[in-house]
Amino acid sequence: MKRTVCAKSIFELWGHGRSPEELYSSLKNYPVEKMVPFLHSDSTYKIKIHTFNKTLTQEEKVKRIDALEFLPFEGKVNLKKPQHIFSVLEDYGLDPNCIPENPHNIYFGRWIADGQRELIESYSVKKRHFIGNTSMDAGLSFIMANHGKVKENDIVFDPFVGTGGLLIASAHFGAYVYGTDIDYNTVHGLGKASRKNQKWRGPDENIRANLRQYGLEKYYLDVLVSDASKPSWRKGTYFDAIITDPPYGIRESTRRTGSQKEIPKGMEKCPESHVPVSLSYHLSDMFFDLLNFAAETLVLGGRLVYWLPVYTPEYTEEMVPWHPCLKLISNCEQKLSSHTSRRLITMEKVKKFENRDQYSHLLSDHFLPYQGHNSFREKYFSGVTKRIAKEEKSSQE
Amino acid sequence: MKLLTHNLLSSHVRGVGPRGFPLRLQATEVRINPVEFNPDFVARMIPKLHLVEVPKGPIEGYEHDEKFLRQMHHVLLEVDVLEGTLQCPESGRLFPISRGIPNMLLSDEETET
Repeated sequence: MKRTVCAKSIFELWGHGRSPEELYSSLKNYPVEKMVPFLHSDSTYKIKIHTFNKTLTQEEKVKRIDALEFLPFEGKVNLKKPQHIFSVLEDYGLDPNCIPENPHNIYFGRWIADGQRELIESYSVKKRHFIGNTSMDAGLSFIMANHGKVKENDIVFDPFVGTGGLLIASAHFGAYVYGTDIDYNTVHGLGKASRKNQKWRGPDENIRANLRQYGLEKYYLDVLVSDASKPSWRKGTYFDAIITDPPYGIRESTRRTGSQKEIPKGMEKCPESHVPVSLSYHLSDMFFDLLNFAAETLVLGGRLVYWLPVYTPEYTEEMVPWHPCLKLISNCEQKLSSHTSRRLITMEKVKKFENRDQYSHLLSDHFLPYQGHNSFREKYFSGVTKRIAKEEKSSQE
Repeated sequence: MKLLTHNLLSSHVRGVGPRGFPLRLQATEVRINPVEFNPDFVARMIPKLHLVEVPKGPIEGYEHDEKFLRQMHHVLLEVDVLEGTLQCPESGRLFPISRGIPNMLLSDEETET
């Protein structure tokens, strides 16, 4: 429970029913010897009522507590700091527009622990000093850190660090963090702000300041301006986890350093980086580079966690990029629009990287299907999605 | 840029390979940043380092040598290069460091294919 942002609380279930009467008889069937350790006369307790999708008055809550008098409570009630907390949980369904008179389910249990859902609020992007157009939602960044099995004293790297949102979650779990990005301005915290009503970024807006905001500055190792396809790390395995959200080519462009001849006329150059940047970095190449990089620089057992954008009508599992050194652990979908989604891919390094691995999977059929998805960006913007939406609409009428 | 990072970076100029390490560091502005000492983390980092000029290498049992770990902690994590350059020892190519951030970008012609 110290890690999850997906679970609110955990209870030891003592009874359950679809009505109060069913609940009470269920409670009467729960072995008394399991209850007694928490109810004896030296202990203090309190009972809470939680209702989901309904609000009860204080009177109604007290009535429900009183109805539990038959339970062998011998301790003293302490509302401020009880040793044991018991909860009645009433489920009124999921539709806020149709709240039933009586609950579908009632549960009674002893509270054991809470999850970390308050992190979603305390680390919310809304309150963060430095954000970008595609800063990751706080809840998702913690889920990604959990997928990466980030723990104290790990080194976590994000090769497409942007404003550092993913590093924050890892630092919260005690990892020391590195980030790189090809965009000079973002890494330095310069340029136009992403907040509505704000034109330019202020002096306290950079990745380090973000960590400082949450008291995590000691976990900041460094950020560098670097091209993820041309990394500058000395040969070796340094990272316990690589957690990243690569650009999809929609709201941030996919780029890599290019040669002078590749720059289309009229394209702005990074003023301070003095290096030409090419816009044509195909998505499939980017994942090829990312997986290879992970296979080479992760410690054995280390994890790669990243988002893979897909055009849903054509997606098949075979399209998920593959590498002989990395084992696929999980693949979870998040819908973005009616025909696009992104998949959270988690992989674990299971085999040491030898040089030849760089080439062997190029020939694999597994890999080729995603190549077709160079056009993710085109499909996203093209008339295809609009035409399909129109066709669906007319078939419904 | 921390000196720990400097120890992990290498030049990726075309043709340079393993001779791209270590990058020659010229610092024009340095700051000492106190960072909370974490012996476990420092001990974990020692084997990852390439200690080129240490005469004997870390002695056995260094994980428990607090004095040694504190010294390494100071050097690796508390010395911050704010302005300076990193230079490829083979090709001479310079990578600038500004506001503590190294810029490792090279053009296509300069990098390995």
